[in-house]
Amino acid sequence: MSIKTTIAAEMRRVAGEQNKTLAPIADDLVLLDCGLDSLCFAILVARLEDALGFDPFSTEEDVYFPTTFGEFVAFYERAAG
Amino acid sequence: MNAPQASAPGLKASLADRIALSGVEGRRLHDVRETVPLAAALSETRLGGAREALAGRNVLVRTKGQLAAALLLIELDGVARRLVIAPPDLDPAHLPAVTLDAEIDVVVGDDADCDLSLSAPRPHGRSDLPPHSTEWVMFTSGTTGRPKMVAHTLDGLTGAIKPSKDDALPVWGTFYDIRRYGGLQMLLRALVGGGSMILSSAEEGVGAFLARLGALGVTHLSGTPSHWRKALMSPALHAISPRYVRLSGEIADQAVLDALAAAFPGVPVGHAYASTEAGVGFEVDDGLEGFPAAYLDRAGEVRMKVEDGTLRIRSNRAASGYVGSAETLHDADGFIDTGDLVERRGDRFYFMGRRSGVINVGGLKISPEEVEAVINRHPAVRMSLVKGRRNPITGAIVVADVVAEPSDEALRDELLALCRAALPPFKAPTSIRFVEALAVTPGGKLERRLA
Repeated sequence: MSIKTTIAAEMRRVAGEQNKTLAPIADDLVLLDCGLDSLCFAILVARLEDALGFDPFSTEEDVYFPTTFGEFVAFYERAAG
Repeated sequence: MNAPQASAPGLKASLADRIALSGVEGRRLHDVRETVPLAAALSETRLGGAREALAGRNVLVRTKGQLAAALLLIELDGVARRLVIAPPDLDPAHLPAVTLDAEIDVVVGDDADCDLSLSAPRPHGRSDLPPHSTEWVMFTSGTTGRPKMVAHTLDGLTGAIKPSKDDALPVWGTFYDIRRYGGLQMLLRALVGGGSMILSSAEEGVGAFLARLGALGVTHLSGTPSHWRKALMSPALHAISPRYVRLSGEIADQAVLDALAAAFPGVPVGHAYASTEAGVGFEVDDGLEGFPAAYLDRAGEVRMKVEDGTLRIRSNRAASGYVGSAETLHDADGFIDTGDLVERRGDRFYFMGRRSGVINVGGLKISPEEVEAVINRHPAVRMSLVKGRRNPITGAIVVADVVAEPSDEALRDELLALCRAALPPFKAPTSIRFVEALAVTPGGKLERRLA
């Protein structure tokens, strides 16, 4: 599975568990408007660390906080090198 | 203008006097619905004709919004004997105990069940009332059970506030609620330090708040690391251009400090250590997480030491004690144990979490025992240990180690569902790991190590 597919799948899973309605996933989807709250993102980042083996927020030199789904995916892809 | 109360023997200047002293021209309090000039906050009453009746009384301030609370604090400091500030999430079930412990005479607010409801503003005669040195009582951000109250003075609460070095009036904004210690600090900074204040609102999203902060020209903005991470993820972040950025209330990690420095080039980013009990301890302005070990040797009004791994603070900004409890706050030397674990690496100390095992998820505190009790209800569970797992978004999330028979996927799903049904979302474990055994201390207690 690609990183993008993994992220999208985990987002759907977290949304389901937390009873949130996830907006249709697209690269320009603004994360804060996608239906997930801070706790959902916290869980998402932890699940992705378990699934992918890394957490770019903790390991990357240049940490920035992505605004859109596309940026979020790119952040993970860059960290995967 | 009123006669300054500071001239009376043994009395300190009231908050209203201190605001007046710093000048009210052009200064305002904003929330999402209303803007109140500070001049009006000083000259008007929202208590109808009841203001006089509150002189020398113990008053519980319990309002829906922050602006009403701020105006009441300005109006009643120096008038009431004791001002107890109810946080927004105070459980009504605790009201009788709070009333008893704090010897409350009157509950003032905008709720139907208040003794005294707020009314439309009208001019008052402030100087008619005999001045009091008002005691300020705040709730600690506890986890479960009966909330603890601690007593402060206005002098102690404002002890860390230095006069503004800015020529232009600062416009403070805060993601915090001013009815908690961190937020109250920011309000007092704006009020006593000569600025305006923009208050957040529970129903306003982070994007809308950032847009409003930008439109009102915020210059000084504070929040917890979790608040800031959320703001950093918002496209509305570019709406603001602060001159000072401040974090406190949670451990500020290097990632969030770096991200803020990158988002606001050239703007000082400081993090502060404060607690409801110990007051404002110190500020760190070098852009690095943790604090310099040299702080332990600093003279001055705040003394620090590390004992048994936790940070201890002695300070005249600290609370004088608990209200309605015989529990002592200070040790024999006057130090308060903050309960925050620190570890020295090189010439710096780093925060390692709470000794009690309390987990801080985005500023919300969770007692592990409360979550363990829910997990332990399941007949297949023998033991469980709930702990925090470090997280770059909320600081920590809740995870659990469980000893159970049989330990399979079906049980994992059952336990997760059980917790989600019994607990608010931030308290429910986000993952469960089955383990063979859990370590127990010689005293027979679960060994709570840091995650």
